[in-house]
Amino acid sequence: MILRRPVFWLTLVFAALMIWLPVTGNRVALREDLVLVAIAIILASNLNLMIGYTGYVNFGHIVFYGLGGYVGLYLVTVRHWNLIWAAVVAGVTVSFFALALGLGILRLRGAYFALATIGVLLAVQSFVENFDPWGRSTGMYIDFDAYQRLGGARHALWLTYFLVIGVMALSMLLSLAIKTSKFGLGLFAIREDEDAAVVLGVNTTMFKAVIYSVSAFLPAVAGALMFYKNGMIDPSSAFEFMLSLEGIVMLMLGGKGTVVGAALGGGLYEKLRSSLLTTPKLSNFQLVIAGGLLLLVVLFAPDGFVGWLYRLVPRTRKVLE
Amino acid sequence: MIDGLMIGAVYGLAAMGLSLIWGVMDVINLTHGAVIALGMFAMYIFFSAFAINAYVLLLPVLAAGLVLGVLVYWMAVHWVIGRSQLSSLLSTFAVNMMIIGIGTAIWSTSPYNVNFSLPGLTLGAYTFTGNHIAASIAAVVIALALEMFLYHTRPGKAIRAVADNREAAELMGISSTMVLTLAFAIGIALAAASGALVSTLFPFTILSGAGYQMKSFVVTVLAGLGKPFGALVAGVLLGLLEGVVTPFIAVSWIPMIEFGLFVVVLVAFPKGIFARATA
Repeated sequence: MILRRPVFWLTLVFAALMIWLPVTGNRVALREDLVLVAIAIILASNLNLMIGYTGYVNFGHIVFYGLGGYVGLYLVTVRHWNLIWAAVVAGVTVSFFALALGLGILRLRGAYFALATIGVLLAVQSFVENFDPWGRSTGMYIDFDAYQRLGGARHALWLTYFLVIGVMALSMLLSLAIKTSKFGLGLFAIREDEDAAVVLGVNTTMFKAVIYSVSAFLPAVAGALMFYKNGMIDPSSAFEFMLSLEGIVMLMLGGKGTVVGAALGGGLYEKLRSSLLTTPKLSNFQLVIAGGLLLLVVLFAPDGFVGWLYRLVPRTRKVLE
Repeated sequence: MIDGLMIGAVYGLAAMGLSLIWGVMDVINLTHGAVIALGMFAMYIFFSAFAINAYVLLLPVLAAGLVLGVLVYWMAVHWVIGRSQLSSLLSTFAVNMMIIGIGTAIWSTSPYNVNFSLPGLTLGAYTFTGNHIAASIAAVVIALALEMFLYHTRPGKAIRAVADNREAAELMGISSTMVLTLAFAIGIALAAASGALVSTLFPFTILSGAGYQMKSFVVTVLAGLGKPFGALVAGVLLGLLEGVVTPFIAVSWIPMIEFGLFVVVLVAFPKGIFARATA
């Protein structure tokens, strides 16, 4: 049972801590810090479902986040929906989009798929830049009464923070649930040897399309929440290729294929990045450092921090997964 | 439309580098775009230093590209050859981030241009700018030189042998490490050269490489991965497409069409649209 897994409880404690820390003393600056960490963890965890579990590199993962943001914001501003419903519907819509797309492009394997995901990202971005209802390249803004409906901006911002933390916890639990399920075993089989998996009766195309669509859901919800919180959205911030790639760095850093690794990598990288950005001398070299880090990890520690920990203290393998 | 043809030759040249590396070592070189951008800046630096005909300066750019290629190969690529594709994708991407990061720190992201132009040519009602003509001629000349090299010299034949079957080539006494280094260096040099050519046509920033990298992917996929000469033809086709489509729809839709086409071709013809003709 999933309840017996230490990581399950660890996740809950972690989420509770993320909520408790800024709430005590009403520390808004800390909250703004932590929300970025949570977003990083959401992106890295869901990317892990593709890269870590299934062995397919998705360079365009951010497309789900951005599309979720667009659908969510559209529903909130133009259709005057409640935020929570808008976010859920955004998630579902983007998941279906991913499923349909996945059934097509997941016939490709390995590097061909990776290239196609870049193509998808750029095609979607370019489409949104020309799409009138979504404000073309200037994007969309939230009018203030969208916040009023949730009891004023102050209240609404705290609410979105709690929701984002909730989505973060769900992401980690989802990773755990998939990892311990038969479905997860099928994905691992695809990662290790796709041809053998086919022979053993794994419906690989279906499995891949489903996991592609599942990995789209929570990032899309998070996107809807985040862009609601920011109050605006435009194509270049919604489909930021760099963020998509940083997600990969986070995942590799923490350790691909593990629940804790994805979360740890996401959290640490986000912290590292914000401290680099705020150090005047280093702010220009943020990319260089991230790139160097990625190169070192790929060459010398392909299993990331958690993989290194496993080898150092083999007992941790039982507890952290 | 003719303009499209000529720019297409430059796209093709850029894609040839990507395609060569892919074909020989099964590595998708994600440093490609960054190297194209470096080629632009190399041209800019050489041109401001010597102020002679920009197309003569292609030679030092090519040479610098070769050196850079060897460096990148030993830094990031050699160790991941034979490991999963994920490793090489990520390691080349890491180098890409570092190049872009350093480039941004030095040149920021503001636009530069190489202020050089050749006299144009007027044919009837049409005028062709000299730079477009020269750039496309240079692209075709470099492509032909590569063809001569691959098919008529010993190192070139060795590259093709390793691409065909690495073990068999090793047994014939070819050092595959040397050959892979060489092929990678040539691929990088081609990317740098195409960047240098682009820099004589349009203004550029350190981030411009990414767009050309995507076009290179589109072209390479159209041609079939690992087919350098198909790449030149496909590049011209892409340029032609841009030229033909522009009068009818807004320019901002072009990326959508290109990348949509890219995904569709990738799914429908994973071996490239010329697969049947060359198989």
